[in-house]
Amino acid sequence: MPGTSSHSAMTSRSSERFGKWLVSAPPLVYLLFFFAIPSLIMVLASFRTPGEFGGLSPLVEDGRLDLNLDSYVRFFTESVYAQIFVKSVWYALLTTLFCLLLAYPLATLISRSPKKYRDLLLLLVILPFWSNFLIRIYAWMIILGPNAAMARAVNGVLSWFGHEPVALLFSSFAVLVCLVYVHLPFMVLPLYANLEKHDQALLDAAQDLGANGWQRFWRITFPLSLPGVYAGAALVFIPALGIFAIPDILGGPEDSLIGNVIKQQFLETRDWPFGSVLSIVLTVAALVLAGLAAWVGRSQLGTRSSGALSRA
Amino acid sequence: MALLEIQNVSRRFGDFTAVDQVSIAIEAGEFFTLLGPSGCGKTTLLRMIAGFDLPDDGRILLNGEDLADRPPEQRPLRTVFQSYALFPHMTVEGNIAFPLQMTKTPAAEVPVKVQAALEDVRLIGFGKRYPHELSGGQKQRVAIGRALVTHPAVLLLDEPLAALDAKLREEMQIELINLQKEVGITFVYVTHDQTEALALSHRIAVMNKGRVEQLDQPSKIYSFPTSRFVADFIGKCNLLEGPVTASGNGVVTIDAEGLGPVRVASSAAVTAGKSGAIALRPEKIRVATSTSAVGATIAEPDRRPEAKPDGRSDTESNNHFRGTVTDHLYLGDVTVYIVSTPQGCKLETLLANSGAGRTKFFEVGDAVEMSWSVDAGHFIS
Repeated sequence: MPGTSSHSAMTSRSSERFGKWLVSAPPLVYLLFFFAIPSLIMVLASFRTPGEFGGLSPLVEDGRLDLNLDSYVRFFTESVYAQIFVKSVWYALLTTLFCLLLAYPLATLISRSPKKYRDLLLLLVILPFWSNFLIRIYAWMIILGPNAAMARAVNGVLSWFGHEPVALLFSSFAVLVCLVYVHLPFMVLPLYANLEKHDQALLDAAQDLGANGWQRFWRITFPLSLPGVYAGAALVFIPALGIFAIPDILGGPEDSLIGNVIKQQFLETRDWPFGSVLSIVLTVAALVLAGLAAWVGRSQLGTRSSGALSRA
Repeated sequence: MALLEIQNVSRRFGDFTAVDQVSIAIEAGEFFTLLGPSGCGKTTLLRMIAGFDLPDDGRILLNGEDLADRPPEQRPLRTVFQSYALFPHMTVEGNIAFPLQMTKTPAAEVPVKVQAALEDVRLIGFGKRYPHELSGGQKQRVAIGRALVTHPAVLLLDEPLAALDAKLREEMQIELINLQKEVGITFVYVTHDQTEALALSHRIAVMNKGRVEQLDQPSKIYSFPTSRFVADFIGKCNLLEGPVTASGNGVVTIDAEGLGPVRVASSAAVTAGKSGAIALRPEKIRVATSTSAVGATIAEPDRRPEAKPDGRSDTESNNHFRGTVTDHLYLGDVTVYIVSTPQGCKLETLLANSGAGRTKFFEVGDAVEMSWSVDAGHFIS
């Protein structure tokens, strides 16, 4: 009887669909409360007028809805914000690049070390997370401080060449060093997860076919690790773009980044609408850049990456 | 001078000797197979030829030149890996072009050579595909094409057909034979599959526990195994063990356990009393319904009166024994019958089911007569 069989197939399909919803409900609820609703509040705030004593003026005043584009106009007319924005992107890019350069050898080393040591080495990579973020930044104040060994060594060498002593602390250098330090694990972990799955037979084959060490890396290992590189780059770039604590504590007056300006708008100037505009621009920029990276990654690797990973 | 010479090569891993004093000389244009069970050292030997491992003792020479100081990328040898090891991020063309790019082939020649390689392995039209879009057999061909495109001196193949299903494996075997003939490159083939080794090779080295047990042509290895291991490993074989009772005039007689005196043609001069064995292939044994059984149906597929030029009677030149069928295995083309003698010796025999509609000659419990000529078996001291 075809009728009964199709009916039972339909009920099993709808129960399957219900099951899928049931499984994905908790993350959806989480996203709704911690991403969608706050984002909507922020978008709404960006069109409102700042209150006289900070915060927001009432949404409905004298019977009319008080929504305007003033804050957006300010962002696009006052070039200082665009400049800070570009500087932030530049710092985040540098951070990503240095993290990649440092993380790649480290992730390679861990993925090639004996299995029994790998967990320990990974633990060491994430060990810094066990102490407070701010304490770790303050630690860098001590490391880079004018009386610490590092500054003395650097200035000793500089004075030898007849150069004026320099301050390491409260500089772009200090900000970048700490940005790289804080974000390094986010690059190491996805890279390790990718490199660890690589098939040694591919490198053997490449060597057998005449590739030397550098060619094996550049033609085989690196292209196959690109999914890990992109994942790590996104995990480093996006938080580095919005960070404010590191420039606040370790940077000089010139090192204010977009995160600092946003924080300033909310906590000091108390111009919530303008702070919201800056936040929205930051979010959109991050999404666009991440989307771009994903698109470049996919068009370069095609469907190959999935094949490579499932094989490995 | 042989193209590839392996001289007294040994490789030890701790207390374990993986390859033990192996010497092999492989000629140019040969299809040479290293055959043995897993752990016999054949893959270790292949890795040493390719350069992924170095011998503890001995030398490996190619055209008379010691390869010891050359890393794998500088050896004019190519390997086809068991897992194919195709680069997943490159197309078929990219994979095949890779060794050309590594050897600094002029860019203009690369596409021409890639096309020629694709033609060699019958993959025209597949150049733009990625490895994950290919079937197992196609991947195998890409791996072979990639290894052959630079015309290496020797192609090393490490169980290349192990991952394919039986039907495809047979097709690929025939293709491999033809390909090797076409390109004329020396193949060194590693396998644990004895039928594959017999089908493909010009010569086979049967390896066991790191040593070469026997090195000869397939037909010689099959018909004249020189050790119990080879007799047992290559094909099905009955090993009749017992002390030698007489030898001379090209015939050795042993008192086989559970069977009695068995005569076998052998030029070996063996002193009586020493233990020996006769390797006897199942298909060499003729099985017939026992003549002593009253009213037995005549089912004697292979019984022909034999003309003996020397005038000896059939009973003199043949070995005759009686037994009972205890098991049979129908395998389609043939049926295997296990025959037990009254003294408890079990022999495996084989009858072809070539007659129309004929699938079974005997049932379990049938009394049968077995016979084989003196030159059917092979004496192993």
